[in-house]
Amino acid sequence: MSEKASRTFSRIFKERFLSDWLAVVGALIVAGLFFVAVFAPFLVQHKPEIINAKDILSPPSAKHWLGTDDLGRDVFARMVYGARISLSVGFVAVGIATAIGLVLGALAGYFGGWMDELIMRFVDIMLTLPTFFLILAVIAFLSPSIYNIMIVIGVTSWMSVARLVRAEFLSLKERDFVNAARAIGVSDLGIIFRHIMPNALAPVLVSATLGVGGAILTESSLSFLGIGVQPPTPSWGNILTQGKDYIEIAWWLSVFPGMAILVTVMGYNLLGEGLRDAIDPRLYR
Amino acid sequence: MRAYIIRRLIMVLPMMIGITLISFAIIHLAPGSPTQAMTDLNPNVSSESIVKLRQIYHLDEPIYLQYWLWLKKVMVLDFGDSFSQDARPVLDKILERLPITLLINILSLAIIFLISIPIGVLSATHQYSYFDRIASLFVFFGFSMPTFWFALLLMILFGVWLDWLPISGVVSMNHANLSPFGKIMDYFTHLLLPVTMSALTSLAGMSRFTRQSMLEVIRQDYVTCARAKGLPERTVIYKHALKNATLPIITLLALSIPGLIGGSVIFETIYSIPGTGQLFYQAVMGRDYPLVMGSLVIMAFLTLFANLLADVSYAMVDPRIHYE
Repeated sequence: MSEKASRTFSRIFKERFLSDWLAVVGALIVAGLFFVAVFAPFLVQHKPEIINAKDILSPPSAKHWLGTDDLGRDVFARMVYGARISLSVGFVAVGIATAIGLVLGALAGYFGGWMDELIMRFVDIMLTLPTFFLILAVIAFLSPSIYNIMIVIGVTSWMSVARLVRAEFLSLKERDFVNAARAIGVSDLGIIFRHIMPNALAPVLVSATLGVGGAILTESSLSFLGIGVQPPTPSWGNILTQGKDYIEIAWWLSVFPGMAILVTVMGYNLLGEGLRDAIDPRLYR
Repeated sequence: MRAYIIRRLIMVLPMMIGITLISFAIIHLAPGSPTQAMTDLNPNVSSESIVKLRQIYHLDEPIYLQYWLWLKKVMVLDFGDSFSQDARPVLDKILERLPITLLINILSLAIIFLISIPIGVLSATHQYSYFDRIASLFVFFGFSMPTFWFALLLMILFGVWLDWLPISGVVSMNHANLSPFGKIMDYFTHLLLPVTMSALTSLAGMSRFTRQSMLEVIRQDYVTCARAKGLPERTVIYKHALKNATLPIITLLALSIPGLIGGSVIFETIYSIPGTGQLFYQAVMGRDYPLVMGSLVIMAFLTLFANLLADVSYAMVDPRIHYE
């Protein structure tokens, strides 16, 4: 133990993370997807929106790696561009959720009292509302656009972050370094954001990583129901929706987007769990 | 314990008010008034239904009065009439569809409970065994699976290619002519896929949670003590440890209800099951606002009461629970 303690946190973290091969697989999947999303135009031979009436519903071939859809568009190209959409929805939604969760959790945990009571009851109420119903109801009033989807998913998924941050704040605010900061006259906001928050970020990072997977799943379910990202913008969910009508004659339209979602979400989940095990020594057995 | 239950019951009222506040806020989410949003979204909307919308939500009144008038109606479960062709009361439309959704969700909960606990317990008692590893893999798949996609593939596999199961609805055309046993089998074959799919996501999470909970419990002193006094391992695990390990699972099971209800939108749409999920989806697509609001509020209330039930039964089985 003493030998371990003498090493730096980042070295221990690196060793633990790299020894967990599932976490490494997760990291590779996530990195690979970034690559695909960023370099999308260089990876495809066909443009995702080009309609070709002569080449509709053709199976995977050397020309069209993953076949073509009912309008003759190249499925591989649409999936590569769809990765951009799915990832941006995932990241922005989680960014919004994390920001709300951080602020509300910090306020509840730091100030306690009626503020804590109010915020935590709000969390309870939000957890009682069936999230998917809530999202659909909001979309019924707004119009289904990619921005609305990002916002709505973000606004309905901050509760676990708030609980997590509150718990961290409750334990951190009694520590000596916080008392010291208070003693030299640092303001409440300064203590919250400069002193406590950085120490509470590790578990938030883990939950955000897992959250990206969840947000991508929600977006694809919404797009699948036709109330998410609207065609002709390709998203994995709406490629699937178009594909389901042709599932008996063109399996590639349904199988590949689903697999892409599965692999992506699994990548984020594996990475998130790996980060958690590497960060949190209590779980390291 | 009685004090706890009374406190818990009192908490329900502010929660209900909170739910109505959030739901009411949704009506006003759209830029401008809901009527404007409606015309923006749907150019075909008749001026008649704009007038209707203004009327039922009292949109010409000040906002606090709008809420109060709406709340008074919600308290007696009056959600107005549907905007669809039949123009029937929203409550009737929801109530007639509720039983099938409840049935599917209760069956799913039962499956989650019956499968995830044994998996979790075996994973914990045989930690890092092959079984544990395979179960962990299954958990990862369950967490990451886009269930709507899986549901679609299974429907094609069992319903079309193998032709073992019917692909939509709850009963066959000839249901009325079947024998009592035949009727039950008819329900069974129709509901098998929807219920399994609906249980799948929570199943993974719950097995995981049971494993964690069990791992914590079997390290405690009283379990070691039970072993030390010579009880067989079976008794130690299933009588002493499992009881305490399952307690937190009750709460988690209750917390998974909103997810199950939300999921019913997807599965009822895929498998054409005439439940509240499908009704809600149709309401959203048709911008049937009274029906959207009514379904949201009723589903949230149902979830609230399911949670209450779980908390109360938790307090009854666990004598350690006190409300300070």
